Amino acid sequence: MANEYRVEMKNIVKRFGGVLALNDVSLRVKPGEVHALVGENGAGKSTLMKILSGAFGRDEGTIFIDGKEEKISSPREAKELGVATIYQEFMLAPHLTVAENIFIDRLSEKNKFINWKELNRKAEEILKQLGFEEIKAKATVESLSVAYQQVVEICKNLTRNARILVLDEPTAVLTFSEIEKLFLLIEKLKKDGVSIIYISHRLEEIFQICDRITVLKDGTFVKEVGTEEIDKHQLVNLMVGRDMSTLFPPRDAKIGETVLEVKNLNRGKQVQNVSFAVRAGEVLGISGLVGAGRTETMRLIFGADRKESGEIIFMGEKVNFKSPKQAVRKGLGLLPEDRKQQGVLLEQSIRINTTLSSLKKIIRLLGVISEKKDKELTRDVLEQLATKYNSMEDHTSSLSGGNQQKVALAKWLVADCKCIILDEPTRGVDVGAKVEIYKNINDLAEQGVAIVMISSEMTEIIGMCDRTLIMRQGKVVGELNKSELGEEKLIRYSMGVNVHEE
Amino acid sequence: MKSSKNKIGKILIDNNTYIMLLLLLIICAIISPDFFTVQNITNLLRQYSGTIIVCMGMLYVILTGGIDLSVGSILALGSVMVAYALTTKELGMIGAILLPLVCGLICGAVTGFFVAFTNMAPFVASLAMMTIARGVAYVVSNGQPVQTPANTIGRLGVAKLGGVLPWLAILALVVVIIFFCILRYTAFGRIVIAIGSNETSVRLAGIPTKWYKLSVYAISGVCSGLAGIIASSRTAIGTPIIGEGLELDAIAACVIGGASLNGGRGSVLKTVVGVFVLAFISNIMNLLAVPAYPQDIIKGVIIVLSVLLQEFTTRKSETI
Repeated sequence: MANEYRVEMKNIVKRFGGVLALNDVSLRVKPGEVHALVGENGAGKSTLMKILSGAFGRDEGTIFIDGKEEKISSPREAKELGVATIYQEFMLAPHLTVAENIFIDRLSEKNKFINWKELNRKAEEILKQLGFEEIKAKATVESLSVAYQQVVEICKNLTRNARILVLDEPTAVLTFSEIEKLFLLIEKLKKDGVSIIYISHRLEEIFQICDRITVLKDGTFVKEVGTEEIDKHQLVNLMVGRDMSTLFPPRDAKIGETVLEVKNLNRGKQVQNVSFAVRAGEVLGISGLVGAGRTETMRLIFGADRKESGEIIFMGEKVNFKSPKQAVRKGLGLLPEDRKQQGVLLEQSIRINTTLSSLKKIIRLLGVISEKKDKELTRDVLEQLATKYNSMEDHTSSLSGGNQQKVALAKWLVADCKCIILDEPTRGVDVGAKVEIYKNINDLAEQGVAIVMISSEMTEIIGMCDRTLIMRQGKVVGELNKSELGEEKLIRYSMGVNVHEE
Repeated sequence: MKSSKNKIGKILIDNNTYIMLLLLLIICAIISPDFFTVQNITNLLRQYSGTIIVCMGMLYVILTGGIDLSVGSILALGSVMVAYALTTKELGMIGAILLPLVCGLICGAVTGFFVAFTNMAPFVASLAMMTIARGVAYVVSNGQPVQTPANTIGRLGVAKLGGVLPWLAILALVVVIIFFCILRYTAFGRIVIAIGSNETSVRLAGIPTKWYKLSVYAISGVCSGLAGIIASSRTAIGTPIIGEGLELDAIAACVIGGASLNGGRGSVLKTVVGVFVLAFISNIMNLLAVPAYPQDIIKGVIIVLSVLLQEFTTRKSETI
C-alpha cells in the first residue's frame, strides 16, 4: 500500500488580515472514506475546504494528495488533482438538459458539431452506473427535483475524474426521501473509492453515513475520531465545549387565553382541513417532513396566500387577512423559513430592518422618520435579543447567520406581536446561536406571546415545544403533548406509520 | 486595517462621483475659456433643469428595481399638452401647467399598475407606455410643432432671478430638495429603497409593496410631465418630437451616480452630479466644435468608463 491517505492537510494556517481564521488545522481522509467535518459556523470548515479547492491560498502548512506534496494555488490546479466541491447553490444551467450540463465543457470532442445521440447515451450510462436511471438525459435541469439536480452536479464532477468530493450541507434543501437517495449514492461512490468530505449541521446524518469525524472549533483542530467511538452528546460537547442538556434553556411561562385559533383551513392539496389553537405563552410545534404543507398553512393564516375556505379567530375576533399588512396590523408576525430571500434585507442597514414593520411608531408629521426614536427602538430590541453587532448602520449581511435571524426576529418584537409564527427559526445557524435563539423564544413566551414554531429538527421540537402538531401531506395527523413527545413517535406520525402497529 | 491612509482611500472611494465631476470641471475650464462664463453656465442650467427633474423620477423607479422607458415620450406629451391647453382649449396658464402634470400622472400610474398588479416586467410595461404616450402626442398635435401664444409659457423659460439665476434652475433645485428629503427622511423613501433590496421580505414585513411600486411610476410620470412644461417654456412651442432618447440619458445619469439597476442603492445628489457629468461632456465638445456624430461616440465611451469606475471602486470598498 503506497499511501494510506488520499488527502492529507497538515498544520494549515490561514490569516485574513490580522484575524487568524485557521490555526494549525489538520485533516486526513482515506480513499473510500466518508469523512465528516463538523464545527459551529465560523469554526473554519468552509475556509479549510476553500483552501483544499484552491479558492484561497494558505499562509502555512502542507497538502498531500496521494502522498505527494501539492501546492494547490488555483481552483484549476485543485480540479486537475480531482478535488470537486458541491455547494448548496449548484453550478448548473437550468435551461439546458442533463446531458448538456454533465458535458458542458466537452460538448464536442472531435469536431465543432455535437453528436447528440452519443452525448445523451454517455450521460444516461453514467447516471445508470450511479443507480439513477430515472433521470433522463434529455430532461432540462430545471424540471428536476433539487435532489436530482444535486445528482447531476455530482455526475458532472465525477466525469472529470473527481476523486475527492466535498459536500457542503448537501441535505439542507432535500426532503426525507431525497436524502435517502443521496445516501445511496454516497455509499456507491464510497465503494468506487471516492473520498468524500461531508459538511453538515445535522448530527443524525453524520452518524448514519460517516466513517470518521474531524471536529473544528474557532479555527483550531479539536479532534479526529471514528464515528463508532463517540455518541451525539459527546460530539456536541466537542463542538461547543458544553453539554447538550443546556441546549434548551428552561422556560417559565404562564399559559393564558387562546390567541390564535384556526378551523378547517383549506387550500388545494397542500392544506386540507387544518385546525389548531395556540394560547398566550405557549410554544406550539409544527412537525412533519419537508413538503407536508406546514409553511403553506402558515402563509394562509398570515395572508401571504389566499385560503379557499376555513375560519381564523385571532384575539377573540374572526379575521380574514387578505395581505400580510392586515395580519401585521392586528399583531401577527411571521418569520419566514428562508432568511436571506424573505427574512431580512441583506444589503440594507440593521436599523432599517428592525423597524421595517413598525414605521408607524417612528414617523411624525408627513411621514418623516424620527431618527432618534428609530435608533432607540433598534438599540433596545437588539439588546433584548443579545444581538452581536458593530454598528446599527452596518449592512445586515455583515452579521453571522444567527445574528441575522435575530434581526429578522427583532422586527416582530418592535411591532409588539401577540403571536409570532417561526418557520424553521434555527436553519443554517450554528449550535451556539441556536441556544441564544431558543432563549429569545422563551423570553417571548414568558412575556405572553403565543409562538407557533415549524421545525424539521426533532430535537428542537422535543426540547422547545409545549405541544406539537404533526402534519403529513397537507393534513394534521397527530398532536402530542410535551410528556408524550419522542423522536420515534414523531417520525412514525410524519411518515404515516401507524403508532399502534408493530 | 484602520490606518489613516485607508481612511483617505475610503473617503476618495465614497465620493468618487463628486471627484469625477470636479476633475471634469477643471479639465473643461482648462481646455475652453468659454466654459466658465456666466452665459455658458446659466445656459447649461436652463438646458438641463428638465433632465434633472426627469432623473429624480427615474431614480425612484430604479431604486425599487424597476426601469421607466417612457420618460422621454411623456415629456413630449407634456410639451404638446401645454400648447394644446393654451391654444386650442384656451385654458390659460393654470390649465397649461395642470394638464401636462395630470397627463404624466395618468401615464405613470397606468405603467405602475401593470408593473405592480399584473407582474408585467417594468421594461415591457414602460416600453408600451413609451410608444403610447408618443402616439398620443402626435395625435393631439397632428404631428406638427404648435406655437404657444406670446407672453405665456415662454416667459418662464427666460425669466431669471436677479437677472442671473434662471427660474427653471431654481425649480429643478426645489424638486431635487424635495426628492432628497423624501428619500432621506421619510418612511416612503425608506420603503422604496427596501423594496428594491428585497421585495418579498418587505411584503412579509406587512407593507403593501404594490401600492408603493405603482406610486414611483406615477411620480416619474409627473416629473416627466413637469419636464415637458419646462421644455415648451424654453422654446415656446409644443412639439411631439422632443425627448427622444432621454430615457437613456436619465438611466445613464442615475448609474453614473452610483445607482444599482437591481434596486436598493442610489443617491439623489449623486444622480444630479451624473446629469452634470453628461452635461459638461456635451457642452465642452460643443465649445470645442466637435461634430455631432463623433460626440455620441465619445459620450458613450465616457458613460462606460464612469460606470466601470463605479464598479471598480464599490468592489474596492467592499474588500476594505
